[in-house]
Amino acid sequence: MSKESKELQAKAQSQWDAKKVGNLLLDNALYILMIIFVIYIAVVNENFLKVPSLVNILSNTAAYLPAALGIAGCIVLTGTDLSAGRNVGLTACVSASLLQAATTANKMWPDLDTLPVALVIIIAMVLGAVIGAFNGFWVAKFKLHPFIVTLGTQLILYTCLLLYVKMGNNNGMAISGMADSYNNFVKGAIVSVPNGSGGATPIPNYVWYAILLTALMWFIWNKTTFGKNMFALGSNEEAARVSGVNVFMTTVMVFALAGAMYGWTGFIEGARIGSNTANTGYNYELDAIAACVIGGVSFVGGIGKIRGIVIGVLLLRLIFVGLTMLGVNQDLQYLIKGAIILFACALDMRKYLVKK
Amino acid sequence: MDQPVLLEMKNITKEFPGVKALDGVSLKVRPGTVHALMGENGAGKSTLMKCLFGIYQKDGGQIFLEGKEINFKSSKEALENGVAMVHQELNQALTRTVKDNLWLGRYPKVGGIMVSESIMARETKKLFEQLNVEVNPSAVMSTLPVSKRQMVEIAKAVSYNSKIIVFDEPTSSLTEAEVEHLFRIIDMLKSKGCGIIYISHKMDEILRISDDLTVMRDGTWVATRPAKEMTMNEIIKLMVGRELTNRFPPKTNKPGEVILDVQHITGKYTRLKDGTFQLRKGEILGFAGLDGSGRTEVLENLFGVMTREGGTITLHGREIKNRNPRESIKNGFALLTEERRATGIFGIRSIRENTVISNLKDYLMGGICLSEKKMKADTDWAIQAMHIKTPTQETAIRSLSGGNQQKVIIGRWLLTKPEILLLDEPTRGIDVGAKYEIYQLIIDLANEGKGVIVVSSEMPELLGICDRIVVMSGGQVAGEVDAKNTSQEEILTLAAKYV
Repeated sequence: MSKESKELQAKAQSQWDAKKVGNLLLDNALYILMIIFVIYIAVVNENFLKVPSLVNILSNTAAYLPAALGIAGCIVLTGTDLSAGRNVGLTACVSASLLQAATTANKMWPDLDTLPVALVIIIAMVLGAVIGAFNGFWVAKFKLHPFIVTLGTQLILYTCLLLYVKMGNNNGMAISGMADSYNNFVKGAIVSVPNGSGGATPIPNYVWYAILLTALMWFIWNKTTFGKNMFALGSNEEAARVSGVNVFMTTVMVFALAGAMYGWTGFIEGARIGSNTANTGYNYELDAIAACVIGGVSFVGGIGKIRGIVIGVLLLRLIFVGLTMLGVNQDLQYLIKGAIILFACALDMRKYLVKK
Repeated sequence: MDQPVLLEMKNITKEFPGVKALDGVSLKVRPGTVHALMGENGAGKSTLMKCLFGIYQKDGGQIFLEGKEINFKSSKEALENGVAMVHQELNQALTRTVKDNLWLGRYPKVGGIMVSESIMARETKKLFEQLNVEVNPSAVMSTLPVSKRQMVEIAKAVSYNSKIIVFDEPTSSLTEAEVEHLFRIIDMLKSKGCGIIYISHKMDEILRISDDLTVMRDGTWVATRPAKEMTMNEIIKLMVGRELTNRFPPKTNKPGEVILDVQHITGKYTRLKDGTFQLRKGEILGFAGLDGSGRTEVLENLFGVMTREGGTITLHGREIKNRNPRESIKNGFALLTEERRATGIFGIRSIRENTVISNLKDYLMGGICLSEKKMKADTDWAIQAMHIKTPTQETAIRSLSGGNQQKVIIGRWLLTKPEILLLDEPTRGIDVGAKYEIYQLIIDLANEGKGVIVVSSEMPELLGICDRIVVMSGGQVAGEVDAKNTSQEEILTLAAKYV
């Protein structure tokens, strides 16, 4: 090999390395910025990295995670679900109304004994799933875009919600005064973390449930026929059809599963918020969608990872808590959230662009 | 044909709103044979196969598989009953892995719901070894070249262990070595007693591998003959319904002085290493080469679709940049893209919109409003000059045949009054009769003094219409030959120079 060509090769090598490092930085820019952000807040406000704050971020993440896990499936099918928030609202109000303490004044259903918690979980999740399946049916049967279908159903759900909170003895008031069994199941803590200043910060139970649900969703997405069919369908519907996949059922199931996740979120929110009105759950779908796209669930279809969704939700919550701790004006938070969505998606899209 | 019949389709009829796509078509496939199905685009070959495979529901007629009447309601049912199909358009989940695609719709299960990755990996390995396919089963589909994807698709169809396998234009994206590979696979299937239905436009392939041959025209059955008794010209005659004495129109163009001089153009992200050539006025310059040799990249680089890293382009002695398509159009270039459906037509829009889209500034009145009248007039001109067969200007372009779509796009570019026409596979997916018309158009354009560059993977086509042929190999120009004094062998030798 001549000297010249060796030099050329060495030059090509070093260029390649520089390019590789640049790409590596860009591909992980979101995480790098997240770490910088965390360090910055920790320096400005020493409370940020203390146990109570960390538990707060964790429990916030756990509360919003199930809905994001559900809606992600709809996005993988190149769709979306605008009815998620109202679904959460309805299931939250139904759960709460069935689990009010017997002593609560103006109990919505005074003749009803406090039901077993497990039964209410099933009711909430089945109700959510039925609503989801209804969405999926319109999408799969009439080939409507999920944006349009769920734009319609979220309005229908809102009416259901408004009418429901006026039923019984409730008269449209906030549904509150939950039974102890409900509160303990959701907000109770079997584990507490010493917070360094003598006390202990409890980790609410719903954190553990969220971890279980995440594991379950990971299993469904990656290990089951249904999960693989969902990805194939999102990637190329026609390919799935001619390969013998039941496109109709898969679509309905994806939306139903998403609905069940909203139902679970509703059940948790019922106790977590403790005061449920027709506005409970409002706009939850936007946070869920934002978390998904930040986490790399692509609207292109057929692409997404559970890990990404968890990171997306965590990142959003981290930013909210962090900005509050920095004393940033509440009004500015939406601007920052919007900028992050744009930035994250542009970075994500970069991976799929083929340079010409 | 007294031999046993594996599949019989009898008097199949299929109607779409306003069109009778199939009218009493019959087909008999014997076990262990290849039955070629031929006909121009729109003759109904694919429709017939889709009726068999359960994608369409036939309106009339009967289908018998091994003497038993069948009527599949879905692809799933067809696959389960021993009919598999390699589809004309690649139907793959590109974001998923090779093995996920292979077993889609029939994932091996453990415990009722869980997919067994280990069985999948084992079966994939076995299948690829058996068929000699060299593809990494865990690779994501979109990272593979198109020809490998097609081989995966073929392996998938074989893996169903079907009695009948339909190949709908399987070789359009394969390299020559892979075509040979496919033929070996087909021989193996034949020896196992499978019935193969093979659809292709490539006559030499058909004559080489098929036992029987059925020709269709305009949704009707025309003839079924033993392939041995047929010649290429007879088949063409049956397909177009008339004698086609010359496949190419007489070459009447006279190349003049050099107008375009391209020196050492290279691509920044593509494998184009060195494109150097000259184009004369009134000349038809061909570009030959294997798939991936950089033929298409030369055109796209020249037109500014791809990023250029180095090299110069000189038009009439003046250096030009052509940094993006808009600039190139201003400089008098026009590019007919390789993938008509993906990058050429606006499928659901009308012929008129498709015709005037590159030339909109010419129809502005007062700088704001577009003149419908002028657009209509120009579209009328295009329809007449290009002999486009369409009911109206308002017809959606996707409802036209491939040849007519291509003519609309050529018309679109002529309206921009180009001096240099870059035509990438101008006759791909176009039937024999329409090809002749496209060739005539190209020669007419050269006669008008335009410089035409034609990229094609069909060598007879380049030899038939070009003046000179530049052969690409491994991203660079391997040589240049005079079309009159060369042979396919010489071109192939050059094409292999830098591989």
